[in-house]
This record gives sequence, C-alpha cells and structure tokens, in this order.
Amino acid sequence: MTPSSSIASPGAAPAHDEHHDHHPSYLVDGTTIKSWLLTVDHKRIGIMFLFWVLLFFLVGGIFALLIRVELLTPGPTIMDAMTYNRTFTLHGLVMIFLFMIPAIPAVFGNFMLPLMLGAKDVAFPRLNLLSLYIYLGGALLALWGMLNGGLDTGWTFYAPYSTHTTTTVAPVLFGAFIIGFSSIVTGINFIVTVHTMRAPGITWFKMPLFVWAIYATSCIQVLATPVIGLLLVLVTVENLFGFGLFDPARGGDPVLFQHLFWFYSHPAVYIMVLPAFGVMSEIVSAFSRKNIFGYRAVAYSSLGIAFVGFFAWGHHMFVSGQSTFAGGLFGVLSMLVGVFTAIKVFNWVGTVYKGAVDFKTPFAYFCGFLFFTVFGGMTGIGLATTSLDIPWHDTYFVVAHFHFIMVGATIMAFLAALHYWFPKMFGRTYHEGWGLVSAALIILGFNATFIPQFLLGNNGMPRRYYEYPERFQALNVASTAGASLLAFGFLIIAMYLTYALFFGKVAGKNPWRSKGYEWLTESPPPTHNFVGPQPTYPEEPHFYVDPKKAEVPDAV
Amino acid sequence: MQSSASTADGTVAPVPRLAMHFASLEVQNHAARLGMWLFLATEILLFAGLFVCYGVYRFLFPEAWAACSRSLDLTLGTVNTIVLITSSLTAALAVHYAKEGKNKMVAVQILLTLAMAIGFLVIKYFEYAHKFHIGTLPGRYYFYEGIQLPGAPLYFTVYFCATALHGLHVVIGMIVLGFSMVRALKRGDFGPNNYTQVELGSMYWHLVDLVWIFLFPLLYLV
Repeated sequence: MTPSSSIASPGAAPAHDEHHDHHPSYLVDGTTIKSWLLTVDHKRIGIMFLFWVLLFFLVGGIFALLIRVELLTPGPTIMDAMTYNRTFTLHGLVMIFLFMIPAIPAVFGNFMLPLMLGAKDVAFPRLNLLSLYIYLGGALLALWGMLNGGLDTGWTFYAPYSTHTTTTVAPVLFGAFIIGFSSIVTGINFIVTVHTMRAPGITWFKMPLFVWAIYATSCIQVLATPVIGLLLVLVTVENLFGFGLFDPARGGDPVLFQHLFWFYSHPAVYIMVLPAFGVMSEIVSAFSRKNIFGYRAVAYSSLGIAFVGFFAWGHHMFVSGQSTFAGGLFGVLSMLVGVFTAIKVFNWVGTVYKGAVDFKTPFAYFCGFLFFTVFGGMTGIGLATTSLDIPWHDTYFVVAHFHFIMVGATIMAFLAALHYWFPKMFGRTYHEGWGLVSAALIILGFNATFIPQFLLGNNGMPRRYYEYPERFQALNVASTAGASLLAFGFLIIAMYLTYALFFGKVAGKNPWRSKGYEWLTESPPPTHNFVGPQPTYPEEPHFYVDPKKAEVPDAV
Repeated sequence: MQSSASTADGTVAPVPRLAMHFASLEVQNHAARLGMWLFLATEILLFAGLFVCYGVYRFLFPEAWAACSRSLDLTLGTVNTIVLITSSLTAALAVHYAKEGKNKMVAVQILLTLAMAIGFLVIKYFEYAHKFHIGTLPGRYYFYEGIQLPGAPLYFTVYFCATALHGLHVVIGMIVLGFSMVRALKRGDFGPNNYTQVELGSMYWHLVDLVWIFLFPLLYLV
C-alpha cells in the first residue's frame, strides 16, 4: 500500500540500486513526515499511537502527582477545591480514555496482530489510520475543553450533576464520544483481521494467545462502546438544552444514567486488562521457555471474561437503591469474572512451574503483574460482596482496588510489552540492568502508593475529598511518597529507552529466542512484514518443548 | 497497489482492485462484508440505548406515554413507513442490477431510493414543524396545553432524540448511496465481480429502514 514498489523494481531507480533484494525496515522505508502521517502501514500507525499514548500518559501522570501533592496535608496545599476537582477529573479522563483503553490494543495490537497472523496488514489499513486521527481529534477536543474551564464531574459524569454543572461538559463529553468511535473502528478492524487474514496454517487454535486476548477485547469494544456513545451524546444534549432525560426534577431517572454508563464502563475494565492478560501469556511462556500450560483454557477464559464482563455492571450501583435481588445477582456475576481470571493465573503459574526461567525485565514485570492481579482481584471479590461493599463504597478502598487491577495490571503489561517487543519494533536492545532496576522501583512504588490507600479506605476516607481529618495524614504522606518513587521509575525508563532507541545494541531477528510467530520476520520488520515467501506455521505458538519428547524417562 | 486489468477477456468485465494485503478477491469481499455487519451491529446497539430509555420511561409514565403517542400524526407516520420500506426495495434492486453489471439501472434504482429518502425527510420536516408550533417539545421547551401529564416532556425527549438520530442516519445513508450512484454513472464499473460497494451501501440502508420499523410502532402505534 505504501509507495515502496520502487525498491523492488529493476535498476531504473538509481537511488535504490545498491541491493535489489534488500528490503528496508518499515522505519526507514520513506522518511518524510508525510510518509509517516499518511501511512497505512499498521506498524507505523502502532508507533504513532505509542507516541501519543505515552504523551497522554505523561499528562495524566503529572496530574496524578498534583493530586498526591495536594493530599499531602489535611487542608489546602497547592490548589483550591475547584481546581482539585478539575485535576482529578482530568487525571481520570486522560488516563482511562486516552491511555488505558487504547494503550495495548492500539499500540501492540496494531503492531503485532498482523505479524502474529502472518498477514501483510490489518484488514482495513485506511480505516486503521482513520482511527488514529479520530482518536487524536477526540483527544484534542476533550483536552481543549478541560483546559478552557475544565470539568469537575469526575470521569463518571454522573447525572444530574453533569447535566447541571456550569463547567465545560459538552466539548469534553463529545470528545469522549469521538474517541469511542476510534475504539469501535479499531475493534471492527481487529475482528475482521482475525477472521479473514490468518495465514495458511494458522487455525483458530494455533493463534497466539495475545491474538485471542485482542480478539476478545475487540468484541467488548464493538458491543459496549456504542451504548456509552449514545449516552454521552444524550448527556451533552441535556447539558446544553435541558431535555431532562436524567434529571429527576423533570421526571428523569439518574439511575438509568448509571445503568447505561456502567454497561459500557464496567466492560471497559476488561478492554484494559484483557490485552494485558494476553501480553502476559506471551511473556510467561517466552521467559519460562515452556509451552503455555492449558492453551485452550487461557484462550477460552478470555472469551469468558469478555462475556461475563457484560453482566457485572450493576456492582457499581449496590448503594444506588437497586433491589437487593439485583444487588445479589450482580455480586455473584461479578465474582464469576474472578473464576475466569483464576483460570488464567493458575495456567501462568503452571507454565512457570519447572520452566527454565530467564529472569529478564519483561519477566520482572510479569511477577509484579501476577501480584497486582491476584491482590487486586481478591479485593474485587470483597467489593463484589454487597455487605462489604456498603462500608467500602466510594472510599479510597475502591480507588486502591481499581488502581491495582486496572492500572497496576495494565501498566505492568504495557511496560512488559514495551520491553519484550522493543527489539522487534526498533531493532535495538536496551540495557538489561537499568530495566531490572526500574522494574523494581515501579513495582515497589506502586505498592507504596496504593497499599496505604487500601488502609485509608478501610479507615473510612472517602474518595474525591479535598480535605480530610488529621488522622489520615500519615497514610496519605506514605501514598504520595510511593507516587514519587513511581514517577522516578518511569523517568529512568524514559531515559534508557530513549538512549536505546538511538544507541542500543542491534538486536538481531530474535534476541529472546522466542517461539512467538511475530519473531519469524526481521526486527524491525520490512514494510509488508515478510520478505520472500511467507513463513509456514507447522507448530503451535509458544511451542518450546515437545511434551512427548520431554516425557521420555531418563532414569530407566 | 495492484489494479487488475479490466479488459482481460476483451469484453467489459470490471474487476475491482485487489489490495496487496489480501490473499484473494473473495477474502477481500468477505472482509468488507464482515466489517459492515459488525458496524451495523454497533449501530443497532447505539439505538438500543434509546430503546432502553424508552422502555424505562414508558414503564414509569404509562399514561403520559399513551396520551403522547396518540398525539402523533398516524397518517404521516404510516405514509413515511411505506415510503421507507419501498426505498429499501429499490436499494435491494440496485444490488441486483449491480451484480448483473447493468450500471444504468443501478443508478436509476439508487435515484429512486434517494427520492424516497427526501420524501421521508420532507414529511418528517412537516411533523417537526407542527410540533414546534404546538409546543410538544423535549424537556424544558415543552409548552403544549393539551397534555399535562408528568412524563410527557420526556416522551418528546425520547421522540426527538430517536427520530433525529434516525434522520441523521437517513442523511448519511443518502450520501453513501449517492457515491455509488455517481460511480455507476461515471465509471460504470459495477459487475458480477464488483458490486460490494453497492451491496454495503444497501445494507446500511436496510439498517436505516429496520430502525424505523422499530421506531414507528414504538412511537406511533402503542
């Protein structure tokens, strides 16, 4: 699709006549700015997503630090109450809609999915580029609204407050609506790619587990996002014109808003963590040098989480006045998610068991990930129990819980993926020692930030409060200290990865000696992914040991 | 970009371009169709949110719902339904002719579809104008004296949101089909191997029709 054919053409083009069969990597095939901005190459689109996603992560992170600094002292510290409201809203919005949701699917999904399927590109390359610009357009509109007046509703936009507040709700909500479009387009593209673009030899049950996870994620994106799209439009309209759909003063029902909102926003959690689970399935087998334990169970449990995730939204509304029966039902359905997640966790642990563990940076993140998933997941079971949720509801316990499972797990996977696939994407390797140091810093910092918040919540500190009683201060200081440790870890990563980008050792085709399909091509891959004949796929992915040969008794 | 020669066997047998990343034309068309089906599913889910709102408020305000529903002009609604269903037929015929390579008939059928779509919108305009006049408007703009029941303004919120969203889809569908019409007239390159564009446009049009088939009984009849 990109104008690269001149390279293969016989000597007519003098600029490229050095080697006829040398195919340049996607990174240097066309170096003008236009060749990047108008590319339809899934790899370049993935890299551009990476750039923006990291930028928004920086923005969201800076606002997170501002929140933590503000909460250092019980009273006002560096900002007034209204600014604080706007800060945590911006933090939540940017992190969820601009970072967490697109992070792994749009960056690594885009880059790796076609490689893993042996395809030359995604099914709809131009649509893929469009999704990037829709995302950017929505992001800029939302950020413009945030900076021109700001929004003080929190990222949940609960009606009727969001329909009445005088802050700039409309552009932000409309921006979020547009970003949703990007999510839908990406989802459709991935589903169609998986259905139609698999290379000969890759059957459904020979797809890498990352592909399964992205596939399940895409199903959620396609099925849930339209509903919140409509809801955001309705709230925007109501905020602008006062149509009264969610306004109790006009007969509207705010709980209806909550139902529609969480119908998307609960599955959205799985849009964030399912790709993380997929990344981890790849990494755990690559660094244990063992075939994944229970491939089908891991694949099916992704679909299971995607399915059950749709029936759990009501656990956000235990105290909204819904019936006790509904509360119990939603509680049980929420716990079912834990069953499917546990299947994955046990399979990962089973994979590591008796594996030849190669403790590299991605594996360090896997360890952190395992802890965050199990810890965050267990607190989730607690929160899904109605009797426990009532005291914990809207306290810092909830904040800590969703940061653990949603942010912790996703960040671990994001960083693991970044380190694992860095050689594939850029053809260079980073310094392993710095990688391990920063991984340790980040895992420690994360725990130090959020474990105090569990305790704060359990002691009764409500979320979103600007001031708090003196007795909560010690834990808040601990949390802020953890946050600065976390920020320091990210700073180190930014430094050594930027260095590696330009001066890192050349990686070679498969520096991890991984069996994943994406490593069958060059690093970095050429524009159309493969040079010469397409690779063949006789083995399953993650095929490190032939189980039958491994079982040959050696002590007879 | 490979573009297959269109006059390989001497006759005019238009073949669509096969994008380089697809294995075959079949796969390419399959991908396009699958993508469209998924997209239509998301469109249905978009409207589903409004149907949920409708259901909840109808349950909460049954009297207002019945009264407001009766205040709509059933004749205009019925005529509009017939117009739209007929336009779906012509859209389907356009696909039929596209498969046979009769490009002129494709353009004619799409033109008929577009004419009926405009007719639909004109009728809708009169209905809207009437409502603006008598004051059966959403939320705080409601000033109609005839129905003073709690929930009546909400009915019109749902009515206007649903019909406006549907109307927007009508316009988008017209643009999509319009592109195919221009292409059929100017380039005439639809044929047995190349009708996916018309087919997808027509699928979208059927969705617009389908949504109306749900909206009409919900808003006008019950």
